[in-house]
Amino acid sequence: MATTLPWIILLAPLVSAALILLVTNKARWVSSMISVGAVLVSFVATLLLFTQPYPTAPNQFLWINLGAEFQIPIGLTLDKLSEGMLVVVTTVGALVHIFSLGYMADDEGKSRYFAGLSLFMFSMLGIVLANNFVMMFIFWELVGVSSYILIGHWFTKDTASAAANKAFISNRLGDFGFMAGILMVWFATKSLVFTEIAGHWPGHQHPFYLAAAAILIFCGAVGKSAQFPLHVWLPDAMEGPTPVSALIHAATMVAAGVYMLCRVFFLVEASPEAQSVIAWIGTITAVLAALMATQQNDIKRILAYSTLSQLGYMIAAVGLTSHEAAMYHLFTHAFFKAALFLGSGAVIYAMHHEQDIWKMGALSSHVKTTFGTFLVATLALTGCPGLSGFLSKETILGAAYEHNHAIFWALMGVAFLTAFYMFRLVVVVFFAPAKSDAAGHAHEAPAIMTMPLIVLAVLSIIGGYSFVAGHFIELPEEKGVFFVTALAVSLFAAGAAGAFVLYRGKKEEPLKGAIFTLFKNKFYIDEAYAFLIKWTQDLLACYAAWFDRWVLDWGIVRWAFAGGSYGLGLVLRFLQIGNLQAYAFLFGAGVVALIYYILFR
Amino acid sequence: MAVTLNDYLLVSGVLFTVGFAGVLLRRNIIIIFMCLELMLNAANLSLVAFSRFHTGADGLPNYNGQVLVFFIITVAAAEVAVGLAIIVALYRAMQTTHVEDINKLKF
Repeated sequence: MATTLPWIILLAPLVSAALILLVTNKARWVSSMISVGAVLVSFVATLLLFTQPYPTAPNQFLWINLGAEFQIPIGLTLDKLSEGMLVVVTTVGALVHIFSLGYMADDEGKSRYFAGLSLFMFSMLGIVLANNFVMMFIFWELVGVSSYILIGHWFTKDTASAAANKAFISNRLGDFGFMAGILMVWFATKSLVFTEIAGHWPGHQHPFYLAAAAILIFCGAVGKSAQFPLHVWLPDAMEGPTPVSALIHAATMVAAGVYMLCRVFFLVEASPEAQSVIAWIGTITAVLAALMATQQNDIKRILAYSTLSQLGYMIAAVGLTSHEAAMYHLFTHAFFKAALFLGSGAVIYAMHHEQDIWKMGALSSHVKTTFGTFLVATLALTGCPGLSGFLSKETILGAAYEHNHAIFWALMGVAFLTAFYMFRLVVVVFFAPAKSDAAGHAHEAPAIMTMPLIVLAVLSIIGGYSFVAGHFIELPEEKGVFFVTALAVSLFAAGAAGAFVLYRGKKEEPLKGAIFTLFKNKFYIDEAYAFLIKWTQDLLACYAAWFDRWVLDWGIVRWAFAGGSYGLGLVLRFLQIGNLQAYAFLFGAGVVALIYYILFR
Repeated sequence: MAVTLNDYLLVSGVLFTVGFAGVLLRRNIIIIFMCLELMLNAANLSLVAFSRFHTGADGLPNYNGQVLVFFIITVAAAEVAVGLAIIVALYRAMQTTHVEDINKLKF
């Protein structure tokens, strides 16, 4: 039982995706039911898993065997880490599937959408359960593909298909580093299975080798968890349907990078240089994303930047060698961020697909359930004392205070900014006067959409306490420093109050100035990339085209090969005199020469 | 003086050379054709001579060479039929049987 359950968890969504694509593609309602059924099977099986002891027999079979040095098994890991992640993925996944039943009810591509969700669940569960690098990499790429499919769900929209391409290509950049890292690790240990590598690491490698391997592996996380400088795809990925944003781009896929780093934490642990790189990348992402979030106007983009910023927290926690804190924050963040995204989905639904917060307003009286759950999730995210986000963020800030004061102060600043931009969002959307007709006549979403919101809001409140989280994940040890707690709470209060004062009753953005334009335009990073590509890739392409046209096509093919054969033919045609007897003579001479060569050489 | 293998081979070689010289030097294509036949029969002669002088352990000649000669004669007969047909067709097309007039095969 304990050995078949994880396989059921993993394969149920795959079966669903295959069934939908092969059989029920035309019957949209049946497709959605199959998909929801599959994710519920995974969810229930995950809960059953906690009643079982960890299996002792190796749960794997050999897939590729090229001698003792290169063996790739297909096997599943079951430990505290993967089981905790399973709970996050299947819980949020199940709620998002149910929410989608309402949100995507009338969509033309409903079957395709649910098949994509199932495929995503399969790939994500594969990452969580994989016990070796190659298997994880395969599912890693599958997650990228299913994310591509879902971001580009409304592919007739140019922005959506461009965003899907951007997401996929940015991820590929990171994955290239990941692949190189995997090769380096294999080169040093001749094994790809996590538990075996852990036994051989760091071995007698040079510190530089250790750092390079860890940082290359980290590149994979930079791509998938959207860290600076590859963060640009995540905000654009908001072009996908909102439940997809909640599932993939808030709770699970982007957390895969953090999960992966925790899975191979021994690599990070072996190299202090890699630790500081990881910690600083996380911190930079957190700060930049929080600054950008303060000036965005699209409700989903604000949440996307907030996700970036929170992922920065988790990555920083990994870099500060506190992977328990990272997993803790991942666990709580998954619930409140999914609640926020689904809440924003309900708001967008109520506003008839309007996403600009400056066209909303006064929604608190129209969509009461959505407002309540959104507020709870916001409080959890911003670190209101007593909610899950407060507890987990506290542990990360505590770890930063212990290890690195520069990072600590940066992350404290981010905590302030988080409270500020989230309450800006809440005030403008729910309290400020209505700024459009749609906002005045907004109506609550159906129960199938509000029910997951309520469940997630409850989880946002209690998810951080040890009587919930303690069952599923390994909690970091409590090291409450009064100074850290007091500072975090006062910064939360300051941020929230600041947003209330600034945005109460406002109809347009009150903050104006060069620096805010900079935030609004995301520090012009997208433009910088476009410029960089124009001057590197396009220039290279230009030279390559010149080389191909003139050196290869003209120089080698036209001049050397074609010209050479023409000249040779020109000379040889003089042998062709047309006299039959001359040919016979040459033939005879040839035979004589041959005989002479054979007999008298 | 007994006739030896070398005598036969000498005759065969002379016949072959005469044939080859004819092929190279004569102008009339029918003569060239006959010279070709001469070369074939020179080969036949040497094959038969080899067959006659290579007796096995039982004192009988090695008949392989003679069998091969029958094949050559058959093929040569077929070749004459085809070759003469080609020459007739050539004569109809160009009104000549002289090879130096038939020199279209050049650039």
